[in-house]
Order: sequence, then C-alpha cells, then structure tokens
Amino acid sequence: MSELTLTLIKLGFLALLWMFVLAVLSVIRSDLFGAKVDSRAAAAVVPQNSRTPKPSKPVKKRKGLPGSVTIADGPQAGVGASLGDEPVIIGRGSDCQIRLDDDYSSTRHARLFLSEGQWWVEDLGSTNGTYLDGQRVTRPVPAEIGGSIRIGRTTLNIAK
Amino acid sequence: MSIASTSVIQIIPRTRRGVELLLLVIAIAVSVGAYVNIGITVQNAVPASTGYYAAGIGLLALIAHLALRYRAPYADPVLLPCAVLLNGLGVAMIHRIDLGLAIVAEAKGKVPKAPAAPQQITWTAVGIVLFLVVILVIRDHRRLQALTYTAGLVGLLLLVLPLIPGLGVNLNGARIWIRLAGMSFQPGEFAKICLVVFFAGYLVVKRDVLTLAGHRFLGLDLPRARDLGPIGIAWAVSLGVLVFESDLGSSLLFFGLFLFLLYVSTERAGWLIIGGLLFVGGAYFAYMTFGHVHRRVTDWLNPWAIDGGQVKLGLMGQAWGGILGRGLGQGHPEATLYANSDMIISSFAEELGLTGLIAILLVYTLIIERGLRTALGCRDIFGKLIATGLAMSFALQVFVIVGGVTGLIPLTGLATPFMALGGTSLVANWAIIALLLRISDQARRPQTPAAPVSDETIAMAVQKA
Repeated sequence: MSELTLTLIKLGFLALLWMFVLAVLSVIRSDLFGAKVDSRAAAAVVPQNSRTPKPSKPVKKRKGLPGSVTIADGPQAGVGASLGDEPVIIGRGSDCQIRLDDDYSSTRHARLFLSEGQWWVEDLGSTNGTYLDGQRVTRPVPAEIGGSIRIGRTTLNIAK
Repeated sequence: MSIASTSVIQIIPRTRRGVELLLLVIAIAVSVGAYVNIGITVQNAVPASTGYYAAGIGLLALIAHLALRYRAPYADPVLLPCAVLLNGLGVAMIHRIDLGLAIVAEAKGKVPKAPAAPQQITWTAVGIVLFLVVILVIRDHRRLQALTYTAGLVGLLLLVLPLIPGLGVNLNGARIWIRLAGMSFQPGEFAKICLVVFFAGYLVVKRDVLTLAGHRFLGLDLPRARDLGPIGIAWAVSLGVLVFESDLGSSLLFFGLFLFLLYVSTERAGWLIIGGLLFVGGAYFAYMTFGHVHRRVTDWLNPWAIDGGQVKLGLMGQAWGGILGRGLGQGHPEATLYANSDMIISSFAEELGLTGLIAILLVYTLIIERGLRTALGCRDIFGKLIATGLAMSFALQVFVIVGGVTGLIPLTGLATPFMALGGTSLVANWAIIALLLRISDQARRPQTPAAPVSDETIAMAVQKA
C-alpha cells in the first residue's frame, strides 16, 4: 500500500469521525444558540427585586377584572385557567395551574395574582423572561383584558 | 389588541426517531470504517470478518433503536448514536491492539494471547440486553424514588465488596475488583448508579432544610453544623475507598458526585468550598500517610523515572501521534501496558492524533450535555437530580481517566466509558444511557393536553369560585 493511499485513508477516517460530530451538533443546534430573542429583551435587563406591587402605580381605566387566561396557539391552544381569587402560577412544573409544554419556559415561570382590586403579572425569576404586550416584565405589572403574555414560545391571552 | 411583533414559533412535539436512525447509520459507518481501515493497514486486506462485525454492531444498535421507538418514542435522539459510536470505536481499537500484540508475540516466537475484541463484543451484547431491560421495565423513573434507601445500601455494599477477603482481588495496585465464577467484576461501576439514585432521593427530601437553615459568613451561605452530617459521611466513605482500595479515581468520583448533587439541589456555593477543602485535606493526609497513594503521586510528578511505565509510554505515543496521528494501524499503541483498557485514550491519540482525540472528547461532551439538558427539561426534581448525577458521573469519570492518561492528575484505574476493555463498566454504562433516555422521554413527551377550555366552562368555573 503506497504512502499516499495510507495518508488519504487516514484523513478520510478523521473526516468521517468529524462528520458524525458535526451531524450531532446540527441536530442539537437549537440548544446551543437558543431561541430567537427579542432585541428589546436584551436591552431591558433590569435587576428585579421588587416582589410586591408598588402602590403608587397609577391604575388606568378599568373595564372590569379579567376573568380567564388562555393559551392562544400551538398544540396546547385553549388550555387555560379562570381567574378567581387565588393566584395562578404558569410554568412547566407539575404544581402550576397552567402547565406549559414549552422547553423555553421555567418550572415556575410567572404568576398572576389579585391585589388591590387588580390582577398583576409577575415574573418568578424565569430564565427567558415574561413579556406582557411585548414589554419584558421586570416587576409586577397590571394585567388587563385583551393583554397578551408571552412565555418562552407560548402566548397567553387575558380575557374577560 | 396590541400583540407584540415577535412571531410565536409553533411547538410541534417531535419524536425525532428518524434523526436518531440517521445518526446511528453514521456512527456505525465510522465504527466499520475504523475496522476496515485497521484491516487494510495491518493485514493489507479488508478483513474477512468485516461482515460479522458490521452485522453484529448494526443489529445491536437496531434493537436498541426499535426498543426506543416502541417504549420511549420521545427520548433524546443523540444519546444512543453517541454511545454506539464510542462502543464501536472502542471495539475496533481493542481489535487493533489484539493484532499488534499478536505480531509482537509472533516476532518473539511466543503463542499470542487470545484476542480480547470478541469478548468485548459479547459484553456489548450483554450491555444492550441490560439497556432493553431498563427501557422496558422502568416505565417511569419516579418509581425509583421509592427505592432511595435500598439503593443507598446496595451502593455502599457494592463499594466495599472488593474489601471482603477471598472475594476481592488486588489488580494493578487497586483493590476495586472482585472475582466470581472465574470472571472479574468491578462492582464500583454499578455502585455509582445506585448511589446516584440514593443521593437524588435523599436530596429531594432534605434540600429545603439544607438550603434554608444556615448563616452567612464572608458573603457565603454556610450550612448549619448539624446539616454537615451527610457530607461528612460521604467524605469519610470516599476517603475509606481511597485508603483501603487505593483508588483515587473511585474516591474522587464518589465524593464529586455527592458534592455536585448537593450543590445543584441547594444552589449554594458554600457546599462546593467546604467539599473542595475537605477533599484536598483528605487527599493530602492520604498522600502523607499511605505508601501506595504516595507512589501514585510520585509516578505522576515524574513519569520519566519509571522504566517502561505506562504513563511514560502513553505520553510518548500521544506525542508521536501529533496533530493528525499515525493513522489507524500504523502506530505502536500495543507497546504500552494496558493499551486497550486504562490507556485506550492514549492509543487513540497515537493513531488518530489530536484531531481524532478532540472528536472523541466532543462525543463524550455531547453525551454529558444531553444528560444535563435532560435534567433541565425534566419536570420533577427527582428526575432532574438523577439525570444531573448520571451526567456528572460520566463527566467525572472521563475527566479522571483522560486527566490521568494525559498527565494532568495521577493515573487511576477508572474505566474509559464505553471504550475501555472491561465488561462491568460497559454494561453499567449502557444502563446509564438507558436511564438517561428514559428520563429524557418523560421530559420531552408532550403533556397530555387538557381538554380545551371553552368560554362556558370558564364561566361556570368562575361562578363556582
């Protein structure tokens, strides 16, 4: 066997080995690069410590309280919870009222709760953030009818 | 309605079994390619046994793949192909060293030893059988939580088994083997799995106590003294393994596993610092006190002093391999002692070079990454901890053995997962992959969708409330 053939076989085998590694990497690339992130989200990285709603927050025109929150699209569309008095926790965990089937949501991702005659959305320190009408939720913000909450890849609508 | 401009990506639960099949085909192609390559360079012809080798490894991989399609359709698509690739490459290298040793024996006019590769293929088959048993029997990993303390007891027993006189044997300076019915086993490999189950089950229950109680010191959350009990016991046991079994690798693996899981479950860096200090202190004490530990360290610090030492020959082989390697079948890895078990990484570095070694280490990294990814995706804490523990045991084991072979840390007798010659380790690793796949199936499976909520049911629910 000539030297050249042996070298070609050697390089060919290394190429084959690397082809496997690259094939695996292409399968899992979404893990490496993550989901597309809203550019505003990157700008709005604010430390979030305020756990309680600020009473000074002016309450805008109220058209009655929201009555339900429902997943808007995807295979889980229609799944939701009614907003009574109890807080509603949204996330992937089994103890959540709304259990999302979304790899990009955290186990306990966000919370909706009633305070001062108003429903609020609060992010529970999630990895990928919670968005209310496109704005990142960095502290509890009022949730109003017609608003939409985005968690990971899932959108939830707030309705009467 | 002012919905944000971000487009919502549809989540379609995909089983990805097709992708797995494709990757399996490539993995088998690499393994068979290595086998043929070795035949061409060493024997100047495509070996006649290529068909058997390809059929054997293909059939085993196919059985595992079909079992996943049948019982765990949403399992991770990457783990099985990675494991098959490492196993196939390992068998090819063991075969290559068989050939090398036969040539050496012939030159010396001796009768060559029986080849080790067929034995390794048999053990691969046993490993796949255990893989099937785990996938088919354990339908839900959460059932294992009921076995927390049983697993802990069994794990400890397995760990001390080699110390029993008459059963344990001293091999290569470490007492981590038992001999039973004419065959050697390394019970520590299975102890690892049992202990991961035990640690996970224990920490699920205790993590709140370990997290919440404590005081701050120098910016660190330190635990209460009475909560130090478990880590103290783990430390004592791992030090016992180091002293009585003379096995730094198992000791590091065992203690590191516990420490990682403690850190992951409590999210407190204080444990890592306490544990690190404990380990360094314990290791230093053992180094000063016990002769065999001392010898390991001196061998590591000065490998050139020993004539024909395996680390020395291994390092020389790696240097000879260089960037692109000698080419499969064109080096002399068989010159190193234990070239097909402890030193198999160095054999690969010699023949595939740094380029091939990095690819192999990347495949290990991918398995570990998928394990941690499974932990992230898992919905229950017990499953999270088991997946983390199994992935970390893999990571620690690769670190300890590759670190030893490349001269980063003292060499110890831990098996290179999936590659090294040795039945127990191979079989145990297939069980680990099966467990990870089982948990990932649970994690990636779409949740049973609740019945769509119509406006009326919401209205009724509101009225009830």
